[in-house]
Amino acid sequence: MLLDIDRLTVHLPGTARPLLADVSLRVAAGEIVGLVGESGSGKSTTAKAVLRVLPDDAAAHGRVTVAGTDVLTMTGTALREHRARRVAMIHQNPRSALNPVHRVGDFLVERLVHTGDHDRRTARDRAVELLDSVGLNDPASRLRQYPHEMSGGMLQRVVIAGALAADPDLILADESTSALDVTTQAEILALLRDLGRRRETGMLFITHDLHLAAAYCDRVYVMYAGRIVEHRSGHTLFDHARHPYTRGLLDCSPELGVSRPLRPIPGRPPSLADGSDGCPFAARCPQAEPACEAWAPQATELPDGGEAACRRLPEAAAATAGATAKDIP
Amino acid sequence: MTTAQTRPTAPPLLVADGLRKTYQLPGGGSLVAAHDVSFTLPTGGSVGIVGESGSGKTTVARMLVGLVRPDAGTISVDGRDRMAGRRRGRGERLARAREIQMVFQDPYLSLDPRLTARQCLATSLSLHAASDAHERIGELLDRVGLGSREAAARPHEMSGGQQQRLAIARALAVNPRVLVLDEAVAALDVSIQSQILRLLVDIRQDTGLALVFISHDLAVVQHVTDETVVMRRGTVVEQGPTQRLLTAPEDAYTRALLASVPRRGWDPAAAVRDRAAAVRDRAAASAGGQPSAKVQD
Repeated sequence: MLLDIDRLTVHLPGTARPLLADVSLRVAAGEIVGLVGESGSGKSTTAKAVLRVLPDDAAAHGRVTVAGTDVLTMTGTALREHRARRVAMIHQNPRSALNPVHRVGDFLVERLVHTGDHDRRTARDRAVELLDSVGLNDPASRLRQYPHEMSGGMLQRVVIAGALAADPDLILADESTSALDVTTQAEILALLRDLGRRRETGMLFITHDLHLAAAYCDRVYVMYAGRIVEHRSGHTLFDHARHPYTRGLLDCSPELGVSRPLRPIPGRPPSLADGSDGCPFAARCPQAEPACEAWAPQATELPDGGEAACRRLPEAAAATAGATAKDIP
Repeated sequence: MTTAQTRPTAPPLLVADGLRKTYQLPGGGSLVAAHDVSFTLPTGGSVGIVGESGSGKTTVARMLVGLVRPDAGTISVDGRDRMAGRRRGRGERLARAREIQMVFQDPYLSLDPRLTARQCLATSLSLHAASDAHERIGELLDRVGLGSREAAARPHEMSGGQQQRLAIARALAVNPRVLVLDEAVAALDVSIQSQILRLLVDIRQDTGLALVFISHDLAVVQHVTDETVVMRRGTVVEQGPTQRLLTAPEDAYTRALLASVPRRGWDPAAAVRDRAAAVRDRAAASAGGQPSAKVQD
């Protein structure tokens, strides 16, 4: 397994609930895996844990491994290598990822010299190849351009070229197409899928857009209040979502060509100050029962191989009943 | 096709006719941001303006509210030309501001950070010399679903959804006939976005407020509009009833835009090919004599 996050819990001092609670998530080589959730659900924190750029005072428990190497215990050179070569991150806003007073070529050459086996001259040739591979025309003259001379879509291609410079095994794409319009988004997504297939790169695709994740990703994890509440293959999510939160998200997302009234999820997600040992969605859930508020969420395996963490699933009830029957001799 | 033609009995509330705006670029070039944009809106109607970045959507919004003066064309509300008479008194300027109000994408940037929600609404009401302001503020907060706790909060103490509710309340304070929303739900989480969309649909039904809804999100536009204008590079490529436009688009570019929206069985690579073909077709058509708006160096 390329990326294997196993029961990761991250606490910040002075908060009632953890940033991440018992998060388990895997990405295989060549796979595109979605991580969906609203602001504050813990998506970006998960990506930060993979790069180990969590806040200094955060306490992390559990395991994060990339290609078998434990990230949370890495130090010194190994950690620098991990961040520089093995994992690459693509952020939402390419304009804030590039220095506005440096030419695009300087950005790529610096990155190639720093992380690769290039001197400045071979790095320049490689930079041209990289810009060509992300679909920018006339790549040699692009090297001389400044970020302000390019559109958002072009700049995101430059950032992707920079991410590919060290030939990483894993790409973390954090809302990397959210600021682009739909036509440019389609271009960048087609590019990322094509590059991933050719290089056998794994990608963790973080987005707030459940429709986008379900349409684009091989598998999707849905997060709520720092927990994974559902994990399914992309295409089953549209019609067969099982967790009430996932279904709530689908019901409140307008869908092209489908006219149905939007049903907003009442209330707001819990903040870090709202601590509860029970199901974090219980307060907003249309199907919640009093017992849900004391139920510590646990993932239940579904017949199709997916998982959902809801007490009211028949499978969850069956699993509990089975365990109880086994425990009593 | 315009609403006025489909429903000849309802006189249009808002008429935008032949709007044109060209920006001079540093270095001597010019950019045609809007070229011959026309549409009408009946009382309580809702028109969507869609297109990619740089298509001219925001320029049209700004011309409607008077932040940008068109080079040519007219905008009228209830038959009164909004641009007639260059030198106007304060009273008349305010009267025109009351006709059309705007809600922006980023509520945090469009609210004064020093003012509480209550003060924000009071400022707007006193500017327009409304009486019984106290009672009206209560009504407005209630209308957009803000409680007494938020009434005393400043923008940084509110969530993004609450800030946008306040921005909508401020726009509604002067009882506008038309509300222009420029990507007003784009920055919100989907569960909050649906609450705001629901609020807009309710307000429109209850008060007969007309909406100009500018967005790059076609699924959202489908949900809140009756008519849609599709723009590309400053020109209108297609306009008509939203349902017809989304189910049977006539223009290749509209089809390409629709193909870019993620959905079941979606393939981004196919969407990219569709768009490239549409752009080629359009280029071929304009080479045949049609004017096309573009950057002229």
